[in-house]
Order: sequence, then structure tokens, then C-alpha cells
Amino acid sequence: MKVTRFTWFNATSLTLGFAFLYLPILLLVIFSFNESKLVTVWGGFSTKWYQQLWENSVYLDAALVTLKIAVVSSTMAAILGTVSALVLHRAGRFRGRTLFSGMIYAPLVMPEVITGLSLLLLFVAAGVAKGFWTISLAHITFSMCYVTVVVSSRLVTFDRSLEEAALDLGCTPFTAFLQVTLPVIAPSVISGWLLAFTLSMDDLVIASFTTGPGGTTLPIQLYSAIRRGVSPEINAISSILVGVVTIAVVIAAISSHQAERRRARNEHLANS
Amino acid sequence: MTTAAKSYDSVSSEFSPWTDSNATPLIQFQNVTKRYGDFVAIDNLSLDIYEREFFALLGPSGCGKTTMMRLLAGFEGLTEGRILLGGKDISHIPPNQRPVNMMFQSYALFPHMNVEQNIGFGLKQEGKSKAEIKDRVEELIQLVQLQQFTKRKPEQLSGGQRQRVALARSLAKKPKLLLLDEPLGALDKKLREQTQFELMNLQEQLGMTFMIVTHDQEEAMTVASRIAVMSKGELVQVDTPAQIYEAPKSRYVADFIGNVNFIGATVDSIAINKDAQEIEATLSNNTLVNATTTEITEIKQGDSIWLSLRPEKIAVDKAEPEGDRNKLKGTVIDIGYVGNVSTYHVQIAEDVIVKAQRVNRNRLRNRQITWDDEVWLHWNEDAALALDK
Ligand SMILES: Nc1ncnc2c1ncn2[C@@H]1O[C@H](COP(=O)(O)OP(=O)(O)OP(=O)(O)O)[C@@H](O)[C@H]1O
Ligand SMILES: [Mg+2]
Repeated sequence: MKVTRFTWFNATSLTLGFAFLYLPILLLVIFSFNESKLVTVWGGFSTKWYQQLWENSVYLDAALVTLKIAVVSSTMAAILGTVSALVLHRAGRFRGRTLFSGMIYAPLVMPEVITGLSLLLLFVAAGVAKGFWTISLAHITFSMCYVTVVVSSRLVTFDRSLEEAALDLGCTPFTAFLQVTLPVIAPSVISGWLLAFTLSMDDLVIASFTTGPGGTTLPIQLYSAIRRGVSPEINAISSILVGVVTIAVVIAAISSHQAERRRARNEHLANS
Repeated sequence: MTTAAKSYDSVSSEFSPWTDSNATPLIQFQNVTKRYGDFVAIDNLSLDIYEREFFALLGPSGCGKTTMMRLLAGFEGLTEGRILLGGKDISHIPPNQRPVNMMFQSYALFPHMNVEQNIGFGLKQEGKSKAEIKDRVEELIQLVQLQQFTKRKPEQLSGGQRQRVALARSLAKKPKLLLLDEPLGALDKKLREQTQFELMNLQEQLGMTFMIVTHDQEEAMTVASRIAVMSKGELVQVDTPAQIYEAPKSRYVADFIGNVNFIGATVDSIAINKDAQEIEATLSNNTLVNATTTEITEIKQGDSIWLSLRPEKIAVDKAEPEGDRNKLKGTVIDIGYVGNVSTYHVQIAEDVIVKAQRVNRNRLRNRQITWDDEVWLHWNEDAALALDK
């Protein structure tokens, strides 16, 4: 690899690029420690907004609701998404396979507004009371296709002879799935689950269509607060979110680095 | 001359249920055909395999060996015909209910289980007690010499070690029929010979029936009670190793097993001796030769035939041998030295090269015959086999 030499052009473009990406976030974090209530005027360092946040049950409740919805919807999406990936992969060329797979992948490209609107219409027509469960259902609907995509790509490299070996050794197709297939594809199911989880946490558009009493998620809460004007409190909660995401990313990076090292060590063992 | 029609079965004369018309086969393929779309993988194949046999499948890549095993194990449904096991039609019985275990060509070890768990998997499915499983697994680990590796995952093992785990796993349930798809390919020669020996022992002790696929002819000759040579989904010849080697029924089989020379000849006369033919023929350089067949064939006087001669049956000498038959003169153009024997490539005519083998009794530096020497090749009158051209 060629070593790139230091030039002023490179340094400037690198700085500008990172500034473009991270300056807004940095400002947000800095102003969350602002003493003053005015968002754009620095009035000294303070953590009072964080204290206020802790005492403000509205945000805590919203966070709890968001978390619950995320857990419920991502778990269901992981199960349904895995099942559909298996069907797509195993059933061979049944009639209407293309249609079926197209229908599973459609929500990936469908504008969220349309998904949200159509779900709203459905819930209204069915006379379902909107709230926690309608948001959860909506989130399952749009996030299961992401799980399907992730698990499908794992199944492509899954060696079918593992299942055959399990059958050969006395498993029924179902126990072979539980004891062999599932443990082997588990990492992809888990990353599908994580993806669905973050999608559900982030979602504002679909949630605002399908929300109701008892279904106020954090993004909805934040959005409605912002419409009344940006406050340092919002900066504070956003900073916490940024912190959580950063920690999650770092943990993921470390664990994948360790997995890589473990793999290298195993290979070394095998060849010794 | 009474050399023809002899049986070469002296080695395995005690165990030969296939010659006993009262014996009931363990496995019967009855007109089995397997198609993948338009492609015929197994073509109207019938075959009987008997209990306690060590049956070897030999054939070029893609001829359908693995497919035969997959049909037996139940992973593939057959298109036509049926398969019987112990007289019962098993064509529609799912794999987990067949008393058949298979060792996969790709090993198919469970990546999330360690060596012990892999080997004990089948026993666990049977609902055996923990203690029982532990004992049996230990026994098998001893057998395949993996004592130091019991807690390792498959990815932490070398190719040969994985192969041994796969072998142990397939042996664990002591199935009636064990299918081994190239079980020893990744082992070094020493370990392979040892394992071959173990397999033969096991098979005798447990009274199991083995079916093995191998690319190693020597292995097939060593372990097998019978060998089936396949070509494009069909059985070309099914016989004992000695018969396959000494009495191949076609050029394909002769060529597939071991080294062989084919020399074109024209039939002068044919005599029938019991159930074989004794042929006198002339080579293109007017040399007279003798040849035999192992059964009554369609060969007639005036036909062109192949004279099939194994290199080790041809002697190489500098002096002209006595007699006027079964000898050829030529020039040594190449010598293949493999330690115990040397193979002399002798040019007989412009486009005919005959390989002859000689045991290296003298040290290499005292070699009597060398490059560009004029030599005589000669062989006994029962050495050559006549094969249809
Ligand atoms: N699932 C399948 N679909 C279509 N064709 C197949 C399938 N499985 C096997 N075949 C074809 O059937 C033929 C026989 O395959 P098989 O695996 O039995 O070969 P083999 O004798 O075991 O070869 P090798 O020595 O390379 O293992 C091959 O030509 C192969 O391409
Ligand atoms: Mg094969």
C-alpha cells in the first residue's frame, strides 16, 4: 500500500469532512451542559438539565414505552423474519415464489408515510384501539423484512448436510432444526433482532400514525416538545441517546474484534 | 492348456455369500433410477449387498457414488425402482428411521459442538443415559486417537482430525449399515492404513455391513470383499478385488484399476475351454500371442481385440527369450523409479509404448538396463487377457 504523504489539501478536507459530520452533534452535547435556558447563548457549565430530565417523568415514561415496544416488536420480527427466510430458502421453486419474496422485501423500499397511513387505515377499519399494541404491530410489519434479509444471507452459506447428518443420527426434522440449524444461524438471527430493535427505537413516522393513548414513544415525545421550541432539556436527552449509541457501537466493535482474534487463534491451533 | 476360466477367489473363499443362491441380501437395489431433472444420475441399477460385506464403490468423479449412498441413507427419493433393506422396502422411510448411518464426504460436523458432543449426538437422540454415552464416546475417541482434542470445536481441528471425528460419529450408533463416503482421504498413509485395519476389525467384530466410496484403489483392494466399478450411473462390473484386477470384463475396468497395457491384435483361432475362450492372435508386427477371456464372449475369428497386459506380468531382458511367441523387442525410452520397483517404458513401434515392471533387486547404481537399451519383453502364455475392441 502506498503511504499517503501529509498535504495541506488532505488535512483540510479531512477536517472539513469530520466537522460536517460531527459538529452538529458536538454542539448539541456542549449546549446540553449550558447553564442558560437560551439555546444559542453560552451561560456557563451546569448539569441541571440532566437533573431536571431525571425528575421529569414524561420522558422517562416515554423511554420505557419505547423500550417495551422495541423488545416486543423486534422479538416477533426476529421469529417471523427467520421463518420467512427459511421458507424462501428451503421451499425451492414453488408457484408464486417470486411474488412471495417480492412481497416480503417490499417494505424495505416502501415510503414510511405510506406504510404508516395504510396501517392507520387498517386499524381504524378494524376498530382496534390505538396505542401500545398497534405501534408494536406496525413495527413488526416493517422490521421483519430486515431480519429476513439478514438471515437469508446467512442461509446461503449454511451447509445443508449438517441437517442431513442430524437426521441421519436420529433427529426428526424439527429437533434437527432446534439442535443444529438454529444454533448455527443464531448470530444472524441476533443481528437481525438488533437491527429490528434499533429501527423500532428510531421510528417516528410510522409510530405517529399508529400511536394512541399509552403509546407515546420517546421520538414522538421529543418531536412534540421541539415543536414548542428547542430546550436544553431536549439537548440533554439527545446527548444521552448519542452516548448510548456510542457505547453500543464500541461494544459491538470490541466483541467482533475479539471474535476475529479467537478465530485466528483457532486456525493457528488447527494447523499446529 | 488349462489356464482359462480359473477363479481368482482363493483369498476370500470362506466369505462369499453372493455365490450362495440361498443367502438373502441385506440391501437390494431393484431397477433403481434417479434423475435430477433430465440428468440421469443413477440408471436402472440393480445390486445386492450381503450382510457383513465390505462393499466398495469405485468410479470417476461424478459417476453417482455419493448419490447411491444418499439414496440408501434416505436423503434423496428415487425416481424409479425400489430399495430393500433386510427384505423390507425402505424407499419411503425417512432417514431418521433407517438403521443406516453415513459418514459425509464433507464431514458435516456440527460447528457449535465439541468433539465429544459431536460423537455423542446420535446416542443422545436415542435417549441413552449420560453414563452410557460417556463410555461409548470415550471408546470411540480411543479408537480414532483424539484423546487430546475432546473439548475442541471442529474449527480448531485439522482436516485429518475432523475426518476422524466424522468417522467416530458415524460409528457411534453401531448401525446395521454404515456408509462411508471417502472416509480416509485426508489421512496420511500410515494413519490411513491403520484406520483401514481398524475398520476391517470393527466390521468383523460388530458384524456390520460397510459400504465405502474411495478414490484409492489400493484401499479398495485392501478392505473390500467386493468392488463395484461405476461409470455414468451404471455398474460396469461387480466382483471380488482379485477378479476385478485379474479378470476385468472390459477395457474400462482394466484401465480403471491399476496400470495396464493395451495392444491391438487380430484373432487367428479360438478354442473353448470350459466357460472361457483361449485365443491365438497376431499383433501388427506379426508376433504371435496367446490370450484368454474369463467368460464366453462375442469375440470371433478375424476380430480385432485388445490384448490387456499388466506391467508386472511382463519381464524385461536383454537376451532374447526362447520360443517364438509372447515376446516383443523394443527400446527403453523412460524408466520410472519408485524405490521398490521400476517401470520401464519400452517403445515397440512408432506409436506403441509398453510398460513393464521389474523389482529392483540390484542397487540403483548397478542397474543393468538403462535408457536407450534394446530389450526383449516377454510374458507367460496365460498373462494376457483378450478384451473386446
Ligand atoms: N442435487 C443435484 N442436482 C442435480 N444434479 C446432481 C445433484 N446431485 C448430484 N448431481 C449430479 O449427479 C452426478 C453424480 O453425483 P455424485 O455426487 O453421486 O458423484 P460422485 O460419484 O460421488 O462424485 P465424486 O467422486 O466427485 O464425489 C453428478 O454429475 C452430479 O452433478
Ligand atoms: Mg461423491
